[in-house]
Amino acid sequence: MTTNLLPYTVKPHPITEMYSGKFGMWLFLASEVMLFGALFSAFILLKVTAPMEGAAAWPTHEEAHLSWKIGAFNTLVLILSSVTMVFAWAALKGGDLAKGKKYLAATLVLAIVFLVVKILMEYIPHINHGYVPSTSVFFGLYYTMTGLHGLHIVGGIVVIGYFLGPGAALYHENPEYYTNRIECTGLYWHFVDLVWIFLFPTIYLMN
Amino acid sequence: MTDGHTNLHKHTGLYLGIFALLVVGTIATVGASRVDLSHGLSVVVALLIAGVKASLVAAVFMHLKWEKAPALWLTLVLCGIFFAALLLLPMLAVQDLPPQVKIGTWG
Repeated sequence: MTTNLLPYTVKPHPITEMYSGKFGMWLFLASEVMLFGALFSAFILLKVTAPMEGAAAWPTHEEAHLSWKIGAFNTLVLILSSVTMVFAWAALKGGDLAKGKKYLAATLVLAIVFLVVKILMEYIPHINHGYVPSTSVFFGLYYTMTGLHGLHIVGGIVVIGYFLGPGAALYHENPEYYTNRIECTGLYWHFVDLVWIFLFPTIYLMN
Repeated sequence: MTDGHTNLHKHTGLYLGIFALLVVGTIATVGASRVDLSHGLSVVVALLIAGVKASLVAAVFMHLKWEKAPALWLTLVLCGIFFAALLLLPMLAVQDLPPQVKIGTWG
């Protein structure tokens, strides 16, 4: 048994009334709201003020080669991954590590599916068509917003992968601590899903 | 989980129900975008549906429905105020634009 040097990893902190990792994750997510909020704000302002004609005009979906079907598919993939994530936490909370790891693995696979679809069916064809961030204001924002979201997916894959592999050893020492870490990972993952819920109509349906 | 919602892991049916609602919401978002509404209205409808979907994720999957800690809610309320200001700024900025920008003929 290793000594846990961090306080309030399992029991609620007397001031915040929750374990510290969870409160820390919520503070981080609040900062993330500001990060993505600024980008959405920029998108709306630049779209509303774009000229109707010329090189700076906002492209239609056809002009931008954006398929709502691919966007909708990836939306469903992320929604499903949120369900498997919450099931992973629920299984661990119920004391079933094997089941929890199965759901974590399912979440990991779905996250990889999302990225593969995004890269193979959107980024690569776009780049082959010559649509890069410098092409227009729209593509600058498109790559920034979806790219930043994609980086969050990569971060989620790394963390989920860690807790599926070496990080799972913690469960045998302190199952509640491990379960709490999965809950924090889940909070992050649901937020990544939540951002995509707004990105999908903004990018794919509003042009 | 914190006190008060220790049995949340048994709510499998609720999680599946929310999943079904989110799928329906996604279909509705696509459907609303294809209905011939005025552009402004279709944007509002799509964002409203996205807002409902996001609320379901936050309330149930992120367990906010069962959270009572004041420190958390204070954080979220402050976050909400700043987020609203962030979205309000471009709307106010648009009001001050010259007419040729408003009608999209400046390019």
